[in-house]
Amino acid sequence: MALKGNLEDFGITQLLNLINLARKTGSLYLEGGPKDAYLCFREGKLIYAAMAGMDDSLLAILQRAGVFTAEQVRMIIANMPNKSDQDIASVLVTGKRLQHQAVAKNIRDYVLELVYQVFSWNEGTFRFEPSKLPIQGKITTSIALENVIMEGSRRLKEWERLQDELPDLDVSLKFAERPTTPLRDINLSVEEWRVISFINPRNTVRQIAQFNNMNEVQIRKIIYSLIQAGLVEVIRPPRPAGQAPAAPVGQPATGRPGAVAPEMRPPAVKRNVIQKLMSKIREL
Amino acid sequence: MQTLKIVVTGPFNSGKTEFIQSISEIDVVSTDRKITRESERIKSQTTVAMDFGRITVDEELILYLFGTPGQKRFDFMWEILSEGMLGFVVLVDSTRPETFREARRILDTFRSYSPVPYIVGANKQDLDDAWPPEDLRIVLRVESSVKVVPCVATDKESVKKVLLELLYSIIELMDEE
Repeated sequence: MALKGNLEDFGITQLLNLINLARKTGSLYLEGGPKDAYLCFREGKLIYAAMAGMDDSLLAILQRAGVFTAEQVRMIIANMPNKSDQDIASVLVTGKRLQHQAVAKNIRDYVLELVYQVFSWNEGTFRFEPSKLPIQGKITTSIALENVIMEGSRRLKEWERLQDELPDLDVSLKFAERPTTPLRDINLSVEEWRVISFINPRNTVRQIAQFNNMNEVQIRKIIYSLIQAGLVEVIRPPRPAGQAPAAPVGQPATGRPGAVAPEMRPPAVKRNVIQKLMSKIREL
Repeated sequence: MQTLKIVVTGPFNSGKTEFIQSISEIDVVSTDRKITRESERIKSQTTVAMDFGRITVDEELILYLFGTPGQKRFDFMWEILSEGMLGFVVLVDSTRPETFREARRILDTFRSYSPVPYIVGANKQDLDDAWPPEDLRIVLRVESSVKVVPCVATDKESVKKVLLELLYSIIELMDEE
């Protein structure tokens, strides 16, 4: 089944998160937005990207990166007309005009630059075509999406979007029980570490922001990126009745982790009642 | 006489009314209104208070199914409806990704009302554009211990399967206790 929809309703971050977690292989086509573009993935890793109006040939990428001048590019093309990027790279590396690592780095930088541009798009449509990879002759890379998601989220400037994701600062956070991101692959900024150190079901987001002297935009950006990376989860604040007040920020909270987000419990009904109900439903 | 209650919730137009209609032994008591808001003109009528269906097990036991109003402006009803529920079903229109964020919000809200078991029904799986249940699990951030079941709310057998899966979840929790 094709995944398709509108970027206004289902954003790039969510799409990348889905592709990452489901380890999808295929291409994500973005159309009708600022530009048309596609991103290619293999088993949840970003391997290639292209955008209308941006020359994605290897030589153009190397020229934009300052590795070759326009004149050098013209000469190479003249010597190797109609060759694929893979063929050109092979000749350049073999002829010691370029190191293999430089090719890999520049392709990676190009793909990342493109995907970060796409991150801010919130209009147009998307469709994911499984197993379709229009990368013949291209040099691919392999980029784990966790850090892409983190960095892309940092670049999101849209206040409304952030507000929409976290409308209420009086919620609390807890660490994801099963983080969807391998922790060793995560690079956190100093600000993110400051927030992380206060994450506890008994501290609200507003309290964490106050303690760290962060404004609402700053705290929302950080929390949003942590949520999208699957490191933390939002939980509801304790309901007033029968709940202890939240511990002051900065002090270790001693409450049971389950006190705020109640664990699922069976209802106060006898087992045989449920079994009778199941028998009846089966008969219907 | 013992009465039990299961709440069927989910975003606007996710199929809650059809779900209850498919299984209820009585005509669903529904308080529908003609849609006036432009943004909600996907269907001509919508539930403004609640849907109400019934399954009589025997003289001693009745199950009531309550469908919540899907529109945000009626969410004050949710907590009232959730009182004393056995469990709840979150129905999601698998073809409309624009409603997934709202589904997640509803799921979180109901979880905060009561720690009872719940299940996610990935509705409209008969349509070509339906997102697979496992993808919905990821985007809705549903824990692995919670079932995300494919569903077609207009199909009685499919609805039965969703309700049975919820009841299995309850039995499994009882076994763990």
